Amino acid sequence: MNVKPFVRTLISCAAIVGAIDLAAAAELSMAANSTGKNLSFLRDQIAKFEKETGHKVNLVTMPASSSEQFSQYRLWLAAGNKDVDVYQTDVIWAPQLAEQFVDLTEATKDVVGEHFPSIIQSQTVNGKLVALPFYTDAPALYYRKDLLDKYGKAPPKTWDELAATAKEIQDKERAAGSADIWGFVFQGNAYEGLTCNALEWIKSSGGGQIVEPDGTISVNNEKAAAAVEKVKEWIGTIAPKGVLAYQEEESRGVWQTGNAVFMRNWPYAYALGNGDDSAVKGKFEVAPLPAATDGDQPSSTLGGWNLAVSKYSDEQEAAIAFVKFLGSAETQKVRAIELSNLPTIAALYDDPEVAAAQPFMPHWKPIFQSAVPRPSAVAKVKYNEVSSKFWSAVHNTLSGNGTAAENLELLEVELTELKGDAW
Amino acid sequence: MTDLSLADRPAALAQGGRIGSDLQAQRVRSAWLFLAPTFLVLALVAGWPLIRTIYFSFTNASLTNLSGAEFVGFANYLSWITLKSGRTIYRGLLADPAWWNAVWNTLKFTVLSVSIETALGLIVALVLNAQFPGRGLVRAAILIPWAIPTIVSAKMWAWMLNDQFGILNDMLLGLGLIGEKIAWTASPDTAMIAVLIVDVWKTTPFMALLILAGLQMVPGDIYEAARIDGVHPVRVFWRVTLPLIRPALMVAVIFRMLDALRIFDLIYVLTPNNAQTKTMSVMARENLFDFDKFAYGAAASTMLFLIIATITILYMWLGRLNLSGGER
Repeated sequence: MNVKPFVRTLISCAAIVGAIDLAAAAELSMAANSTGKNLSFLRDQIAKFEKETGHKVNLVTMPASSSEQFSQYRLWLAAGNKDVDVYQTDVIWAPQLAEQFVDLTEATKDVVGEHFPSIIQSQTVNGKLVALPFYTDAPALYYRKDLLDKYGKAPPKTWDELAATAKEIQDKERAAGSADIWGFVFQGNAYEGLTCNALEWIKSSGGGQIVEPDGTISVNNEKAAAAVEKVKEWIGTIAPKGVLAYQEEESRGVWQTGNAVFMRNWPYAYALGNGDDSAVKGKFEVAPLPAATDGDQPSSTLGGWNLAVSKYSDEQEAAIAFVKFLGSAETQKVRAIELSNLPTIAALYDDPEVAAAQPFMPHWKPIFQSAVPRPSAVAKVKYNEVSSKFWSAVHNTLSGNGTAAENLELLEVELTELKGDAW
Repeated sequence: MTDLSLADRPAALAQGGRIGSDLQAQRVRSAWLFLAPTFLVLALVAGWPLIRTIYFSFTNASLTNLSGAEFVGFANYLSWITLKSGRTIYRGLLADPAWWNAVWNTLKFTVLSVSIETALGLIVALVLNAQFPGRGLVRAAILIPWAIPTIVSAKMWAWMLNDQFGILNDMLLGLGLIGEKIAWTASPDTAMIAVLIVDVWKTTPFMALLILAGLQMVPGDIYEAARIDGVHPVRVFWRVTLPLIRPALMVAVIFRMLDALRIFDLIYVLTPNNAQTKTMSVMARENLFDFDKFAYGAAASTMLFLIIATITILYMWLGRLNLSGGER
């Protein structure tokens, strides 16, 4: 099955109808995910871009799940698809898709210095800048300030504190009549998000980061097993059993209807939680994620999205201009204010307007600067399989198929086999 | 099945042709002529992709480098190395526990879903075969689940099955049937049940329709004769109705079985990546596109094809045996 020619015909028909008088204007297509308000934000920005340049941009909407987007993109790119010019890419994809994207080094050398060097580094493969940063991500612990104040609790510093506080408030609130309230929601579905969550539990407990930067497989250790076992105890006690099928949006659904005391989520949920239709508007705050013991370094998985130009695009010049427009300080500032996404441009963290709209943001700079990356750079093209095997081992443990120690031991064997002689 | 009947016909014509005249030979020629476009289209849309997939399963192809694929023999299926210690390590699809888990899940799903759908479909068809006012409307209404695209119905059910704000839990709680909210798609015990619920809801109308078509072929005078002889209705069902609709039932079951064995979309939407519901197709796709293992995924696809072909042939063979046994 190949829908490409059909899509191409459609697009060219549209181009003929719509752009007869704009001979020089290019027709671009951008693939972007549908998490939160990403699409409506992009539509606004596209309108602005179209007005400024006369180019036309179509939005190709993708599912919210990062794993699903990736396989679709891989398929399109492997087929040399010319229909999509600009891709919104996850921070972990650069090594896997590097060959299919245009090198942006030359085109962006005037602006690249504004961005955090670590993020630019993460998108550089063999000296080639694969994608320009759009926004960065480091998850937060969302907590219900009103409930914590009510019971005289402080935001937890350790996972044990979090569990104890969650349990106490959940039980007392249920006794007081809110039958649906839960202590803690996170992302426990078997997908990329669980890799992020579990990496945080393990890393903040001193259990390493699955595969170390030098390529050693470190995941099978007592600290890692203990961390996963601890989370297993939460399932059904402070977290609903359904958390094992939650992605970001499902956990936000529970949280935003006022049915959770704590939530682990990315910063995008901050602006949405303060929206007019939110039951928790003005009732919550964010804090860094807890660690195993007080004084340990809390670990946030480094997330974030970037913008890449397909090497198969016929309109690379216009596409690069569009990418630079979206990645600019101006657009990132609007995004930070409207969607509470973290900018990749250092100067914006000191911007008074950003600080006024998103009070948490100035404090976030150190957190994501020390964020832990997933082992995508070291595992290269095998990263997806590493991640899939890791989340399966964790998901099996959480859903009661084997203990953490057994599953991590098995995982080590599988990863060693996958690694072969070298990653 | 279509190919078989198409292929049989010219052979039968040819036999007659040898005895007969030039006219017969001409008929055979025109039969082939008329069949040629079908075979051509079949070869293009089914044959070529299938051969490509089988070819890739014997190579080390990756999605980004399909043209550079090198032949590796059966390594994707099974290979082994003997270590110095004398221990032999097996690798490949046939030694992969994840694959056998997927095969087991698929077979479990197929047997359960097809049995339930056949039983329910039969009941629905019997009801619809009776005369009652508004029958046309009910017949049309019952097709609605079948008419909704699977992705849409799967997503719809995903919300209805949601543990916190799903309507199903709400209703069951309200009726007092369950004590606490059930995480349908998340819990390993209920994930397969959730998939079965949605599949049964969706495809029972299809079964009912095919069986109903069979029921309407049953001549009314047989029932009349049975009634005059005073045969009990249950006996009539077992001795008259069931044997007569058996061919239609067999066809309906094989359609559903082929569908169920390659189930993908429903599971992909409802319980993606859940080990309890991962089927052969889901695993093949995962290796083809998510992982950098295109050849391995092609091997899984080829095995999937072989398994479905074997089961289908086995089913047709067994079905025919039973039929001829009944005639004697």
